[in-house]
Amino acid sequence: MTDTILETKDLTKYYGGVHALEGANFTLKKGEHVAIMGDNGAGKSTFVRQITGVEQRTRGEIIFDGQPVSFAGPIDARKAGIETVFQTLALADALDVPDNLFLGREMTKLNWLGPFRFLDYKAMRQATMDGLEKTGVKIPNIRNSIQNMSGGQRQCVAIARTATFASKLTIMDEPTAALGVQETAQVENIIRTLKEQGEPLILVSHNMRQVFDLVDRIIVFRRGRIVANLNKEDTDGQDVVAYITGAKTGAEFEGAA
Amino acid sequence: MSDTSHGTGGLKFDAKKRTWPNEINIFFALIIIILIFEALGQALPYMNGQSFLFDTRDRFDSIFNEARLRIIILQVSIIGIIALGVTQVIISGGIDLSSGPLVGATAMIVMSFAQTELVNGNPNPKAVFGDWAFDLPVILPVIVGLCFGAFIGAINGSLIAYTRIPPFIATLGMFLICRGIAQAWTRGKPVSFPTEGYAALGKGMAPVFWFLALAVLFHIVLKYTLYGKHTYAIGSNEDAARMSGINVKRHKVRVYMIASMLAAFAAIILSSKNLTAQSGMGIFYELYAIAMAVIGGVSLTGGRGSIVGTVLGAMVFGVIQSGFTYIKLDAFYQLMAMGAIIISAVVLDKMRQERAASRT
Repeated sequence: MTDTILETKDLTKYYGGVHALEGANFTLKKGEHVAIMGDNGAGKSTFVRQITGVEQRTRGEIIFDGQPVSFAGPIDARKAGIETVFQTLALADALDVPDNLFLGREMTKLNWLGPFRFLDYKAMRQATMDGLEKTGVKIPNIRNSIQNMSGGQRQCVAIARTATFASKLTIMDEPTAALGVQETAQVENIIRTLKEQGEPLILVSHNMRQVFDLVDRIIVFRRGRIVANLNKEDTDGQDVVAYITGAKTGAEFEGAA
Repeated sequence: MSDTSHGTGGLKFDAKKRTWPNEINIFFALIIIILIFEALGQALPYMNGQSFLFDTRDRFDSIFNEARLRIIILQVSIIGIIALGVTQVIISGGIDLSSGPLVGATAMIVMSFAQTELVNGNPNPKAVFGDWAFDLPVILPVIVGLCFGAFIGAINGSLIAYTRIPPFIATLGMFLICRGIAQAWTRGKPVSFPTEGYAALGKGMAPVFWFLALAVLFHIVLKYTLYGKHTYAIGSNEDAARMSGINVKRHKVRVYMIASMLAAFAAIILSSKNLTAQSGMGIFYELYAIAMAVIGGVSLTGGRGSIVGTVLGAMVFGVIQSGFTYIKLDAFYQLMAMGAIIISAVVLDKMRQERAASRT
């Protein structure tokens, strides 16, 4: 049993002539939290989109949980155990918390009724409560519809999906970009809880303070290439900025860009 | 195991943010409207103090004016059946304008399979087909009607889901096509004289029974089944539904098929009740059905509404219509007033939504 949950080899994506991602070699160990940083257009989101199957890669290999994988779409990736918290929240406003957690994978009974099979509300509510407790998310009334919740609570609901479904890997694409100070703190607390529980995480973020607070390792992208792989202990904010802007390039990535 | 320092730190549950069920508002609106008509009945000089829904005369035991109540509920039942389907379409974020003409077309087609051979001992003067189509078992025309509805609904749904044209356009086209089918079927001649079995489907208060039975059925379907949940999810956030793995296209086809089958069923009940089918049947029904749903709190932006709301909306609709007749308002003014009421219902709903949004 390997202790690597995700590995990419030479992962590459071209949009026509644009080399959005070039030869990305990346590994993530079980239980590890890694941040991906970089300027706009550096290839962070492209990298994430290849892993989650939103787009199809031009070249390269993705090994997830010991198996080479090729996801046809985000739903495939989710089935395999990769849970993504999208930048734009994929939540249905008019539905309540359990409905949103279980959207597209509802628990049902009387399954012989096909599309008209009955929802098992009780089991879904119970699983929701368990999932929220596991992540430490506190939502006063899970049967309220999402539209009456604050941005922080909504983001928490999106994140709580990961815990509810015992995912193997969580990817968050700028989860706090649109949140206030207090709400950001809530989300960061949930990320810490995930860390305590040994859930591996890839966090795409622009927030230097947040990254240094939360993760073990920082990967820097620049112009479609990985230019640095830094342990949090061995680096500081200025150093990371130098890599992001191109003032420095990691020794093992010489000639990358 | 969950540390108290984690979580949504300090956010308290605010009871005021709890959503007050919209259905209760509609119920109050219904009562207020009834009271307004009662008051008008007392106040208007030409009404001679007669009551709208209550019976104050001694010779009846009941305190209600049962005849009027019966007419109100009978009037809304058939359009109400259509409204049950329209409700689902609107919740899924669409609109169905084809249901009225579909009633006309289905009634014509179905009735021609439900004719009886001898009318008072004479051959049926309105016969469409030959001998083979006379006195068929009642289940046959019903199946033909529902299949036709499902077929039209499948076309509506497929156009909307797969060519991604706006539901308004797809069903507007189908509106004309169905009206054309209704007229072409017998070149505009009415089809009459159904079998006894067929006539029994819509006899007396039977339409009310069908309406309420179907309302209960689809209330359960929308609230407790996967189909219902996905309908709300798609109407609420189609992208989220797709990203969550819901087959949005297939689901839309299903929703439009069910809506059209309900409209076809309404056509069966209507033609059975009237003992005849005419190509002009169901004029304005699509708009009245949409109005019932909208008055009942079904949001045209999708994702919100319920069957209970639509049933209450249908009652409001029926009470207003009957009330206008009761205060002897001319039919022309009735149409104008009805239009104004529908617009106000949507405006009120929008204001309510915006107020709810500003609270958060």
